[in-house]
Amino acid sequence: MAESAVRTSQRNIQALTWPGGRPRRPGRAGETAGDTEGKALILGKVVLVTGVARQLGGRFVRRVQRDPEVDRVIGVDAVPPEHHLGGADFVRADIRQPAIARVLAEYGVDTVVHMDVTGTPLGGGGGRSSVKETNVIGTMQLLGACQKSPTVQRLVVKSTTSVYGSAPRDPAVFGESTPPKSLPSGGFAKDAVEVEGYVRGFARRRPDVAVCVLRFANILGPSADSPLSEYFSLPALPTVLGYDPRLQFVHEDDVVEVLRIAAHEPRRGTLNSGTFNIAGDGVLLLSQCARRLGRPTVPFLLPAVRWVGSALRTVGVTDFSPEQIRLLTHGRVVRTAQMRETLGFEPKYTTAETFEDFARSRGRGLLPPEVLARTVDRAAGRVSGLARVVRPRSEASPAQASSSTESKERI
Amino acid sequence: MADAKVIPFGDEPRSRRGTGGSRAGAGKRSGARKSGTQGALAPVPQQRTPAEDGPQEAAKEPEEQGGGWERRIAGGLAFLRRRITGDYEVDEFGYDRELTDQVLMSMIRPFYEKYFRVEVKGIENIPAEGGALIVANHSGTLPLDGLMLQAAVHDEHPAGRHLRLLAADLVFVLPVVNELARKAGHTLACAEDAQALLERGELVGVMPEGFKGIGKPFSERYKLQRFGRGGFVSTALRAGAPIVPCSIVGAEEIYPMIGNSKTLARVLGFPYFPITPTFPWLGPLGAVPLPTKWTIQFGEPIETKDYPADAAEDPMLMFNLTDQVREQIQHTLYKLLVQRRSVFF
Repeated sequence: MAESAVRTSQRNIQALTWPGGRPRRPGRAGETAGDTEGKALILGKVVLVTGVARQLGGRFVRRVQRDPEVDRVIGVDAVPPEHHLGGADFVRADIRQPAIARVLAEYGVDTVVHMDVTGTPLGGGGGRSSVKETNVIGTMQLLGACQKSPTVQRLVVKSTTSVYGSAPRDPAVFGESTPPKSLPSGGFAKDAVEVEGYVRGFARRRPDVAVCVLRFANILGPSADSPLSEYFSLPALPTVLGYDPRLQFVHEDDVVEVLRIAAHEPRRGTLNSGTFNIAGDGVLLLSQCARRLGRPTVPFLLPAVRWVGSALRTVGVTDFSPEQIRLLTHGRVVRTAQMRETLGFEPKYTTAETFEDFARSRGRGLLPPEVLARTVDRAAGRVSGLARVVRPRSEASPAQASSSTESKERI
Repeated sequence: MADAKVIPFGDEPRSRRGTGGSRAGAGKRSGARKSGTQGALAPVPQQRTPAEDGPQEAAKEPEEQGGGWERRIAGGLAFLRRRITGDYEVDEFGYDRELTDQVLMSMIRPFYEKYFRVEVKGIENIPAEGGALIVANHSGTLPLDGLMLQAAVHDEHPAGRHLRLLAADLVFVLPVVNELARKAGHTLACAEDAQALLERGELVGVMPEGFKGIGKPFSERYKLQRFGRGGFVSTALRAGAPIVPCSIVGAEEIYPMIGNSKTLARVLGFPYFPITPTFPWLGPLGAVPLPTKWTIQFGEPIETKDYPADAAEDPMLMFNLTDQVREQIQHTLYKLLVQRRSVFF
């Protein structure tokens, strides 16, 4: 901890040479001291993004950098990112430390995009306790810093739909205002619930700041590194016997896009402060996912799944947390009407398309769907060939062949 | 869903199709099946008994068999192909329409047609389109009445509508059961889900008696229990959907519950543990339902469109409507019971 605080000062040269606090509006110049004379006319936004060492954070930084209204992007994380940030300034700071307040003040940040709310430690290091600390204490520090900062105008927080929990006694589809029947008891979901609680407190204390909480469904995509994408990369998918959860995905590209919408001024007729569920259209069942991925499923009884999960976690194959087991038992689907109507965001990818894109980026499974389909087609060809030999006068037209539904029932 | 030469009854189904127009598959099937009763639909031979059917069918068979089998297998393989590659759609409630139509309904149908010989009356009271709430009585220890109701709507309704049942939370706790229930289009009996379905124009089925109805002793058969808190009325009012009362006769006698082991129920976490003359004494054999003859009668729909917007907040109106629905179901139950010749025939 102390070490990271020391590291905070090791900013890159560009960052050090920057003069600091720049007002967004000329009217505010008086408040932020006279250090901006001569530059006060630059009306760009200064966006601070936390959690940039992760793929998603990096992508967002690179994207938001290109927006004309954005003047400067400052990426913050406790470890330097392995990917480039597209010319954005990287400040090595641990958001669990009060130093983050200095960063906010120094750069005159007016938009904070808090993406450092995650379920897994970066690069396998740390472990659950440090993740929880970053999620909860980090958010508290960051919000404390924002509350003190006169320049912050907008706060965007990445949350998750797991704040709804997943229980059999819940309604099938969660709206933003649905209270969960059983609050998440631990893990990332509980962190997210606490983070949202602090964010609500902040919104109450600073009503002048536009606060947007985006609850993302499971994020998938070619470069996603979530526990769920690890799970889908297993050669055979352990499932819970007798349960087929409904899953919803959101594509990385859509995540970046909606974060952009939330970080900018709302477009005409839309409102981008509040809490929004973000998910692709449609639903996939876990069994469907496995088939589309071409990976066999291995059903276990629920107690055995918990045991297998902890065994897998111990050997470090995948993060099979109790919370994820609950998701893979009961599933979770959210309503996205608010996202469309209020936020004015239309995801480019549906749940199925997101999954397809993800499946394409992963290798073929043991039972690739194309191979299975070809096998069935071959069998179908053989059947019709046989029938033609037996009864040459019966011609199966395609229309008749597709009448599967009726004929099967009559058997 | 062109099913041109599938039905092996000569040219009769085709003429029936002429009258049925563009009815969906379910409607046609029912038309073909209930050839004895639906005189108005078919201009061709009426009142065919199974004895008459036999030779005719046999005569047609050599001609139709080859093509029919080929198509069946091709259709089956196409279905199999879609299933194993995961190339099918489910809605956000987990309803798998294809699986329901082709597998789950085929599994229920023997019970519906042969075992309980369900007779359906007043199917025309279910609107052909738009949301509607079917409110039925609940009985029989196991919720077979819900499944039969679903099969009745699926097979008999001319527009081939699908019933989305609202089920108790216990259904979604149990493994396997929850999976099948979701795929068959059932969802949790809560206002959110019901309203979402009604607003999408679905046909929603609810049994407001809940466990009080299904788990009541045999001595109280056909006595409607309290209708919950009338939540279904306010949901229908909010969605502006008509309420169709539905009375099911025959389900009460499938498992005559003469006792209730509260201790076992508590241990297993069930709301009741039935003791019938055969269960649990005969083990699994005792769990076979008695082959009663069922009648499902759909009553006149009660419109809710004309109530003002805030009607759902008016408890007085809600209680009145709840009572109206309850009375109508109870009244129809008594009427059907008087008409019934015997429990089993």
